Amino acid sequence: MAIAHTPHPDLPPPMTSVGVVGWLRRNLFSTPVNTILTLGALYILYLVLPPMINWALLDADWTGTSRDACSGEGACWVFIRLRFLHFMVGFYPEAELWRPVIVFGMAGLLLLYLLLKKLPYKGRVAGFAIFGFPFIAFFLFYGGVFGLPVVETHKWGGLMLTLILSTVGMLFALPLGTLLALGRRSSMAIPKALSVVFIELWRGVPLITVLFMSSVLIPLFMPEGVRLDKLLRALIGISLFQSAYMAEVIRSGLQSIPKGQYEAADALGLSYWQAMLLIILPQALKTVIPGIVNTFIELFKDTTLVLIIGLFDLLSTVQASFTDTKWLGFSAEGYIFAGLVYWLFCFSMSRYSHYLEKKLHTGH
Amino acid sequence: MKNKPTGQINPECSIAVELTGVHKWYGTFHVLKDINLTVHRGERIIICGPSGCGKSTLIRCINRLEEHQRGVIRVDGIELDDDLKHIEQVRRDVGMVFQQFNLFPHLTVLENCCLALVWVLRKPRKEAEAIALDYLERVRIVDQAYKYPGQLSGGQQQRVAIARSLCMKPSIMLFDEPTSALDPEMIKEVLDVMVDLAQAGMTMLCVTHEMGFARTVADRVLFMDSGEIIEENDPESFFSNPQSERTKLFLGQIL
Repeated sequence: MAIAHTPHPDLPPPMTSVGVVGWLRRNLFSTPVNTILTLGALYILYLVLPPMINWALLDADWTGTSRDACSGEGACWVFIRLRFLHFMVGFYPEAELWRPVIVFGMAGLLLLYLLLKKLPYKGRVAGFAIFGFPFIAFFLFYGGVFGLPVVETHKWGGLMLTLILSTVGMLFALPLGTLLALGRRSSMAIPKALSVVFIELWRGVPLITVLFMSSVLIPLFMPEGVRLDKLLRALIGISLFQSAYMAEVIRSGLQSIPKGQYEAADALGLSYWQAMLLIILPQALKTVIPGIVNTFIELFKDTTLVLIIGLFDLLSTVQASFTDTKWLGFSAEGYIFAGLVYWLFCFSMSRYSHYLEKKLHTGH
Repeated sequence: MKNKPTGQINPECSIAVELTGVHKWYGTFHVLKDINLTVHRGERIIICGPSGCGKSTLIRCINRLEEHQRGVIRVDGIELDDDLKHIEQVRRDVGMVFQQFNLFPHLTVLENCCLALVWVLRKPRKEAEAIALDYLERVRIVDQAYKYPGQLSGGQQQRVAIARSLCMKPSIMLFDEPTSALDPEMIKEVLDVMVDLAQAGMTMLCVTHEMGFARTVADRVLFMDSGEIIEENDPESFFSNPQSERTKLFLGQIL
């Protein structure tokens, strides 16, 4: 005789194990020690956060035209607002400001086009961005053509200089680093020896030494009368230095590719370069996106070192403004502003890299 | 028809692969000892033997994935030496299927097959895709053409790997334990493809433990041990009447 089975109804879980309450119990109050730590952390936040928010936002002065607008109770963002242009472009003459503005506008549009999905002709746009745009940017910045007055490179500064140094550094570091990594893994003696020497040399000295040497020693070796532009020297130094770091990052990616991939490529009759460009490098670079972006972020922040050769990037422009006698004592605001700008760029690069990793993931 | 030493592929050459007095060392380890083998066009050779006997090394020498140190290897009449041109020509006519499939994970199935057609044979993309889809159809996997290898099962991946090699229209196919990494249910689908290939007249050298397949398809079965070819015979005689003690021992273990 069959007994009819009534299925057990689905009941909701106990209130304290799901939702916000459940999360709190599991993560913050799970054991007595954790509970004490949570309460301690909350207390510290209570001590620190309200004064910070008061100083930075609620009591701060945002508008004004001079020192008098700063009451001294909160942060004086007036200082930043008045100096904003200077922080952005350094000593670039005001009359010619439209030129950097055009360059950054174009750069922003190009970047937006390349980053947004589903837009056509990305390959051509990328090709233009890498090979054509830098020349346009250079001629607009420097001038000397089409009747544009020349603006010497020592007048370039602020965020503009930081971006120039980092972008050029990145554009050279990636391809040069790839070549060095391939060279180091080569079975041929000369490319391998050259790569090893290059990498160990440029990686073995601090960037500050590289910049110092490039600025002070190179002119000693140049023939009479030949003066290499200081910014150019810095760009060369930074590019070579970062290529060495990038080479090792990429080499780690190359090493992670199973031997079978190389063999399958060989068995199909692909040449060395075809195998590298079509099969090995796409996989290797995808694997080391975190390492590459890490190196780029490091490069972005290393540009602050150009101060020692007399170039004024964002940080040193901000620091230089502290010496203005009218605005003494606002270094906190200055550093916070500089820190925020650096953080914004670095965080954007980080987020983009996560997006890229997700997009390129093909389930293996 | 004798071998032409000019380095051109000679399709009328009736000897597809010829190994004469081939020795190979890995450092001091003597892995191939005096290998002599002649494979005629259209022949299906199965190579079996215990692990480490050098059977994979042997077939990998045929498309120069491994280099031999002594002896002569001729494929389609072309001698395999350090001349890159010879290696290139041999690799265009010899296809290889690996135990670990070795599909390119960042490309779709169709792109995997088209890659060599476009970049090595310089065919236009449309033509390459048509050829690739045709071969994917023959291995019965054309409905997965736009998927990535990571989304396929082992048996499906191996069939794609076979199609990828076939797209280059090689006259010789090498198989290095093609079903050893597969679950039992998937072995049959791959073997079916290989049987079809054999029946269509492809010259095949296959390293495998699948003795049923050997009996169905092989013209000759070779038994190797410790780098030497111990016994060589047609499948009937090989399985029913092995001559050497070592062969008998091996067959006793696997059958």
